[in-house]
Amino acid sequence: MSETLVQFELVSPEQLLMSEEVEMVVVPGSEGDFGVLPGHSPTITTVRPGVIHIFTNGTISSRIFVAGGFSEVTSDRCTVLAEEALPVDKMDKAIVESDLQIAIDELNKTDEKTAKKLAENRVNIQRAKLAAINSPVYQ
Amino acid sequence: MANLKDLRVRITSVKSTQRITSAMKMVAAAKLRRAQEQAIAARPYAERMERMLGSVAESINDISSAPPLLAGTGKSDVQLIVVMTTDRGLCGGFNTNIARWTRRQVRTIVSEGKEVKLLIVGRKGLGLLRSEFSDKIIDTIEDTAKPAPGFDVAASIASRITTMYENNEFDICTIVYNRFESALSQIVTPQQLIPFAPTSSESLQSSENDASIKNVGMNVAYDYEPEENAILTDLLPRNMSIQVYRAMLESFASEQGARMAAMDNATRNAGDLIDQLTINYNRTRQAFITKELIEIISGAEAL
Repeated sequence: MSETLVQFELVSPEQLLMSEEVEMVVVPGSEGDFGVLPGHSPTITTVRPGVIHIFTNGTISSRIFVAGGFSEVTSDRCTVLAEEALPVDKMDKAIVESDLQIAIDELNKTDEKTAKKLAENRVNIQRAKLAAINSPVYQ
Repeated sequence: MANLKDLRVRITSVKSTQRITSAMKMVAAAKLRRAQEQAIAARPYAERMERMLGSVAESINDISSAPPLLAGTGKSDVQLIVVMTTDRGLCGGFNTNIARWTRRQVRTIVSEGKEVKLLIVGRKGLGLLRSEFSDKIIDTIEDTAKPAPGFDVAASIASRITTMYENNEFDICTIVYNRFESALSQIVTPQQLIPFAPTSSESLQSSENDASIKNVGMNVAYDYEPEENAILTDLLPRNMSIQVYRAMLESFASEQGARMAAMDNATRNAGDLIDQLTINYNRTRQAFITKELIEIISGAEAL
């Protein structure tokens, strides 16, 4: 393992999506974004819907949207277990907007407690997606 | 000796059976490849999740304050067994093996004076266990894999188990499924879901980067963000769905493998049977011809 690189793994329930050595990753933790460089202190945290930024050679090499999950960081690796993941540049604004509308409608229709919570969750995910498309950060 | 027409009919019927079994074998083989890829692709997530959960669980000092999914009820009076079987038959010993394990397990638990509940996934399991344990089966879930196991189905099964647990309907939950080893071998694997128990290391030995999984992490002191219990309340139900999903995928892949092997056998048997019948047929035909010739000749001689 190189001294200057982190082993980054992105795993979804269906498969191992990504496993490569990168310079730095920024993960949207539930209590704030955090960057992972080699030698990070071991951490386990939950992940909120948001964008994972992967840095190589000082610039962002890819942006991946995740719909929440968990992350485990050790000094030389960062594993993200994501429930849904897709690259930001593959997302279509129109589709996301219509999905958001559907999710909001669903939220307004349901009264039952658990269903409402699920619907709320979906709305949040779609909102986060939209935010990811509209406002790229860390340029 | 059977007459010619009977033999002919018999041969035709065996041939058409053979056509069916060989087609089923082909279908199973095609499905197997996809199912196998899916099952193997899903392993990293489940394994990492278990590792993560294991290290969070280890760091908790006061087990009684932990969420009940981890801490358990402290009893083992009522045990729930989730039995993963198939909806369709013709897959060799697949369901029989699971049923045999279940039967033995149920008898053991009952002989200890405890109560057992069975939740059966798949129609075939119901058929095999209904006669003996009809009072213990609480429900059957069917059509989980059409056309392939879906995560949402797994999640709904998991949430159902969790709800039952929250209503104090059982103390310990175990899921039993056929683990996919290779196309020809499936291993009956029980796994405890509630309370959470890390899988023993030997059954984890499947993945190639297994060594690194075990070496990294276990003895490191982690920071938790948010604190342990909050992570656990998120992680535990999630882990349930994942483990159920994994069991479904493994079971589905195993099913295809078992069916392929069974159908391969059947096709070969049919082939042997056809050969045997054809020899019989030809012999009978020759004997018949010989008999007719003799009749003609002796008839001519009598003139």
